[in-house]
Amino acid sequence: MIRVHVPCDAGALAVGADKVAAVITREAQARGIELTIVRTGSRGLYWLEPMVEVATAEGRIAYGPVAADDVAGLFDAGFLDGGGHRLRLGRPERIPFLAMQTRLTFARCGVVDPRSLDDYRAHGGWRGLETAISLDPATVVEAVTASGLRGRGGAGFPTGIKWKTVADAKGLQKYIVCNADEGDSGTFADRMIMEGDPFVMIEGMVIAGLAVGATKGYIYTRSEYPHAVATMRAAIEITRRAGLLGEDVAGSGRSFDLEVRVGAGAYVCGEETALLESLEGKRGIVRAKPPLPAHKGLFDAPTVINNALSVAAIPFILAEGPKAYADFGMGRSRGTMPIQIAGNVRYGGLFETAFGVTLGTLVDDIGGGTATGRPVKAVQVGGPLGAYFPRQLFDTPFDYEAFAAKDGLIGHGGLVVFDDTVDMAKQARFAFEFCALESCGKCTPCRIGSTRGVEILDRVLLGGGTDADRALVADLCHTMKFGSLCALGGFTPYPVMSALTHFPEDFGLVPHLQAAE
Amino acid sequence: MPIHETWNPERAAELIAEHVHEPGPLLPILHAVQETFGHVPADAVPLIAEALNLSRAEVHGVVTFYHDFRSEPAGRRVLKLCRSEACQSMGAEALAKQAEARLATRLGSTTPDGRVTLEPIYCLGLCACAPAAMLDGELIGRLDAGRLDTLLAEAQS
Repeated sequence: MIRVHVPCDAGALAVGADKVAAVITREAQARGIELTIVRTGSRGLYWLEPMVEVATAEGRIAYGPVAADDVAGLFDAGFLDGGGHRLRLGRPERIPFLAMQTRLTFARCGVVDPRSLDDYRAHGGWRGLETAISLDPATVVEAVTASGLRGRGGAGFPTGIKWKTVADAKGLQKYIVCNADEGDSGTFADRMIMEGDPFVMIEGMVIAGLAVGATKGYIYTRSEYPHAVATMRAAIEITRRAGLLGEDVAGSGRSFDLEVRVGAGAYVCGEETALLESLEGKRGIVRAKPPLPAHKGLFDAPTVINNALSVAAIPFILAEGPKAYADFGMGRSRGTMPIQIAGNVRYGGLFETAFGVTLGTLVDDIGGGTATGRPVKAVQVGGPLGAYFPRQLFDTPFDYEAFAAKDGLIGHGGLVVFDDTVDMAKQARFAFEFCALESCGKCTPCRIGSTRGVEILDRVLLGGGTDADRALVADLCHTMKFGSLCALGGFTPYPVMSALTHFPEDFGLVPHLQAAE
Repeated sequence: MPIHETWNPERAAELIAEHVHEPGPLLPILHAVQETFGHVPADAVPLIAEALNLSRAEVHGVVTFYHDFRSEPAGRRVLKLCRSEACQSMGAEALAKQAEARLATRLGSTTPDGRVTLEPIYCLGLCACAPAAMLDGELIGRLDAGRLDTLLAEAQS
């Protein structure tokens, strides 16, 4: 039977993948051809979506971007045998954007059927869990520490240390919470992995549970991700039926179960303590730390909270050994990062690579510059709380410390590219506006400071800024940065001050000020 | 187009009962109530509060904290336009203005005829195929002025 792969990733659906799948089925029937459509995740080459792949004798052959109107022509061109067509891309793994990547976490995404346990196993799935079951829990924690894995939500805290703290904490009940509340603009890796390879998330969670002695896990994700929620829930059910979740995980005699919980449109719930409050059924109000969630987290029990991308990196580390992971990267940033290239960019998508690649390489060489063909003016790195980087900082390597040294952050690995039509004063205003909109209201610098910031920048946008405005914004940002309880108020100064520092002319000012610190 | 049930306290009690024994059941209950009735009616608040042994103020606080929960029904169709940075970089602001002009309403409100609710959304995770929108449950990427016009016509019909 001929197998045709059509993504069911939300990004592919948004550009017509369902229609393409339906037309392929109809066209095949009309021509008396028998074929199976396999719905996969996305490879993450979004400018080529919907990207259709046909399994041929020499491997998969990709075509894209395929519109419904192209389907009849593809059949005429013999695409089921890999025939020539203007949309033919050849072997997907040879497309430079994919060939240049190091896919450890996303190895299966876009390749396998996300609802097939057999597919997952056939592509190396569950080997990490098998290793973890064979080891003493403390050894599993040590392996994660040795891998150098750091929190992929952006804070960059060593995952192994977090696990050890929970493993050592006393408590009858412990929890694993996966933070898949991916609210940052420019990021979509959590969504892709949940839609394209949900079992890797489950495997990572189970390993974490066994390692620290937790029996219950929650994946907290966004209501804006209905497809990810559905795929994740289906995969959990399949895994439970296969005996890999529940009272006796894979015959180990140990118990772990898992549930997906859906947020309700509050960005601040991506902050770990607000997330815990939300899981408990409360308003997403940030908690003061300490106590750390590792000591007193969900329902006051010791809790591991890991970002979805940290969780998804775990099975590889256990299956291949910590060294195989730690061999990639630079400095204290070990392993790979699934970087998301988005916004006004020619080749947008998911680019998993070892730490150390420069921002310029990512934007110009891999991303191909802007979609509009105009010059790149700025790149916001790390979501709405990340700094805007001008071209003169494009030599910054992708690394937690290198970005911090340039008054920025890598956050969850999202890049949003802007062309030269962007008004950076407006972007700075938006950063304050977004903070005001999403502030949980607990601390004053965030709640009030964000609104005052909008007011100042409204004045600047109307009449041009003065040096007094500049000093006021810098002072306000200083207060927010050091006085806020969490990263929402604390990091809003990054986009604001980077815009002001690198693009003062957009504020009607002459350059001279350094970033607030 | 989503079809919602009219308010019915017995039905609400069933929804509450389905989740009340879970740990931290309030958000799952509110989602279930909104999915069923299209919004979280004021009458639902005391029922939920009593079932969870919370004050009405606590439940009200949660309903109003989260952007998703509506205290009033939405229009027949809900069009959400992404306003986040990735979509901004591809012209989302102009599209938002276009939608506001055509519907003669502002982002965050419903047309007077009750046909369309126009809302901002902050990221659908479609940042590499920006600008993005969602009409009821359907995702739309690579939106432009022409496609938005078609979408608005569909929403208004």
